[in-house]
Amino acid sequence: MNQPRPITVARALRDALTEEMRRDERVVCIGEDIGIPGGWGGAFSVTWGLEREFGQGRMRNTPISEAAIVGAAIGAAIGGMRPVADVQYSDFLFCAMDQLVNQAAKLCYMSGGQLRIPLVLRAPVGSNTRGAQHGQCPETHFFHIPGLKIACPAGPYDAKGLLKAAIRDDSPVLFLEHKLLYGAKGRTQPRAPSVTEVVPKEDYIVPLGTARIWREGADVTVLGTLLMVHLALQAADILAGDGIEVEVIDPRTLIPFDWEALEESLHKTGRLLIVHEDHRRGGWGAEIAATVHAEFGHLLKAPVQRLAAPFVPPPFSPPLEAAFVPSADQIVSTIHKTLAKDYDECQ
Amino acid sequence: MTDTLPDNHRLHLYREMLRIRVFEDHIFELFEAGRLPGTVHQSQGQEAVAVGVCAHLEKGDFITSTHRSHGHAVAKGIPLREVAAELYAKAAGCCHGKGGSMHLGNLALGMLPAIAIVAGSIPIATGLALSQQMLGSDRVTVCFFGDGAVGTGAFHEGANLAAVWQLPVVLVCENNQYAASTPFDLTSPVPNVATRAQAYGIPAVTVDGMDVEPVRDAAAEAISRARKGAGPMLVEYETFRYCGHSRSDRNKYRNEEEERRWGERDPIVRQQRRLQEAGLLDDEAAAQIRAEVAAEVEDAIDFAQAAEAPLPVALWADVFAPGEAGMPDYWPGEETGEVSQ
Repeated sequence: MNQPRPITVARALRDALTEEMRRDERVVCIGEDIGIPGGWGGAFSVTWGLEREFGQGRMRNTPISEAAIVGAAIGAAIGGMRPVADVQYSDFLFCAMDQLVNQAAKLCYMSGGQLRIPLVLRAPVGSNTRGAQHGQCPETHFFHIPGLKIACPAGPYDAKGLLKAAIRDDSPVLFLEHKLLYGAKGRTQPRAPSVTEVVPKEDYIVPLGTARIWREGADVTVLGTLLMVHLALQAADILAGDGIEVEVIDPRTLIPFDWEALEESLHKTGRLLIVHEDHRRGGWGAEIAATVHAEFGHLLKAPVQRLAAPFVPPPFSPPLEAAFVPSADQIVSTIHKTLAKDYDECQ
Repeated sequence: MTDTLPDNHRLHLYREMLRIRVFEDHIFELFEAGRLPGTVHQSQGQEAVAVGVCAHLEKGDFITSTHRSHGHAVAKGIPLREVAAELYAKAAGCCHGKGGSMHLGNLALGMLPAIAIVAGSIPIATGLALSQQMLGSDRVTVCFFGDGAVGTGAFHEGANLAAVWQLPVVLVCENNQYAASTPFDLTSPVPNVATRAQAYGIPAVTVDGMDVEPVRDAAAEAISRARKGAGPMLVEYETFRYCGHSRSDRNKYRNEEEERRWGERDPIVRQQRRLQEAGLLDDEAAAQIRAEVAAEVEDAIDFAQAAEAPLPVALWADVFAPGEAGMPDYWPGEETGEVSQ
C-alpha cells in the first residue's frame, strides 16, 4: 500500500505554490533570494527548487527593495497577474508600509471598485531567538487596516488550503507564516512543535473566513492562531488530566473573521481565553474581547481573558524570549483564572 | 520630426491643452467660490507635458498619475463630465465620488486612479509594466511624477527594478521647479532629475516642457523604445505651474520675475502661434475652438452640479473586491451596507 506521508508546513506551502502555478500561468512569485539555482528558495526554503519547473521569469528574484517588491506586485496584480510576493521576515513589512497600507489596501476603495488586486504577500512571523528586528508577530498592525485580508495558518493542511484560496482571491491577502511551524529541525528551534499532517492529494482550498476547531471541549474556549494553537493544545492535554475540557479554536484568518464559529463555541462553554504572540496592549485579542462582551455578553459566564506578549520589543536572550512569548503553562494558569471567575458567584 | 506631424494632430495637441486650461480655470473659480469640497492641485502651465506624452499612447497603455492629476485625466481621454463629477464628489464621477481631485482615474481608459503619495506610483507602474511584459503584450506604462519624488526611496527602488528587469515603462518627471514651496535646487545636489537615471543605466533626457511638440517628440521616442522591448527611459520635462501648490497657496516663495519669465513660454500661446505661422489656424478658427472647448467645459460642470451624491450604502462598498472567492467581511455590532441605506 502506498500510504500518503505526512508533510510539513513548508512543504505544504511549496506544494500549494506549485499546484497554483501549474493551474494558472498568471501566478508569479516575487521576492528576495528566490529562483536562484543553488540558492535558498527564500529565507525559509518555501520556494526552494521551484525555478527548475517554472524558470526565473515566474520566480522573480528582486533586489533588497521591499517597497518595490510590494509595489511591483500591486501593479502586476492590477495589470492581470496573480503575484505571490514575499518578504523574508515580517518585520520587513514596515519597509513597505506605504505600498501595503496606502496602496494595496486602499486602491480598490478609492477607485470606486474599478480595480482588482489579487495579491498575496507572504511574511514569516514569530520569535525564534533572532531578537527585536527579526522576531515580531505584527498581525495587529494590519488587522487595523481596512482592505487587507489576513491569513495565519497553524498547520500543513491549513497552510496549503489557505494559500491556494488566497491566490485565487481578488483582494490583497497578507499571509503570515510562523517560523517555528515550518517544520525545520535543528538546535535553533527548541520550542518548535512537530506539526505534520497528511493532506489530500486532490485539489482543495480552505475558504478565507472559516475557523478550525482543533479540539472540542465544553468548559472553556481558547481562541488562538499560529504557534499559540499548538501551545493551547498542549495546555488542553494538561487540563484534561484534571477533567477540564478545553475547546481550541483557530480562526485561520483574522480578516475575514469567523464569528459564527466563535459564537457557537461560546454557546457551549461561556468562557473565553484569547491567546496571541503579538503584544497584548492594543492587540487584536482586545478587539475580539470587546466585541464578545458587547455583542455576546449574554453567553458569558466569566469575563474574557487575554494572554499575549508584553509591551516590549521581542528580546534576544532565550530566557527573556521564553518570558516574552506566552507558554502552555501560562495558558493553563489563565484558564484556571477564567474558570475561577464566575459571574453567577459574583452576584 | 515635428515637421512631419500631421496637421490635424498638431491642432489636436492645441485643442487638448486648451481643454485642460479652460477646465482648470473654471475649477479654480468654483473653488474660490466655495462650490467644491476638499482641495485641488491644479496644472495650468503644465498642459504640454500631459498632452504631449498622452498623444502618443493607445487606450490600452497605462498611465499613473499624482496628486496633480486633472491634466493627465483629460489628456488620457477621461470624459470631462466624469472628471468634473469626481471633483464634485458625485456618484457619476470616474471613481464614483470615492477618489476626488487627487485620485482621478479610469482603468478601462488606461489611467490608474492617481496616487497622491509622492512617488508611491513608481513601484506600481513598474509592476504594471511587468504584467505587460509577462503577458506578452506590446502595451507600455507611463509613470508621471514630480521633481519632489526623486528624494524618496520609492523612486530609486522602482527605477532600479525597472532597469534590472528591462520593463516597458517610461518615467516622466514633470519638473515644475518646486516641491510644494521648496525649490528643487535646495534638495538636489545635481541640477537635473535626468542625472539620477544614470545610476541605473536608464537613458534619460531633459526637455523643454513648455512646448508641446518637442514634448511629444521626446515621449514618442521613449514610448516606442519601451514598446519595442528596449527597456525603460526617463524623460524630464522642465515646466512650471502657474497656480499654487494647492488651493490656498499664493506662491509667496516665488518672485514675479520668475513667474513672468515662465509665463512668456506659455505652451498654449506657443502652439497657437506655431499653428498660425504654419497657416493651420486663423483667428476665426481659434475662436471657434475656444467656443467649443468652453461649451464642453460648461456642460461638464453643469452635469457635475446636477449629478447625485453617492448613496450612503456606498460607504461600505469596494473595501474588498466582490466575487465568490472569500467570505464577506462581517463584524458584530458594526453597520454594514446591508443594513444602512
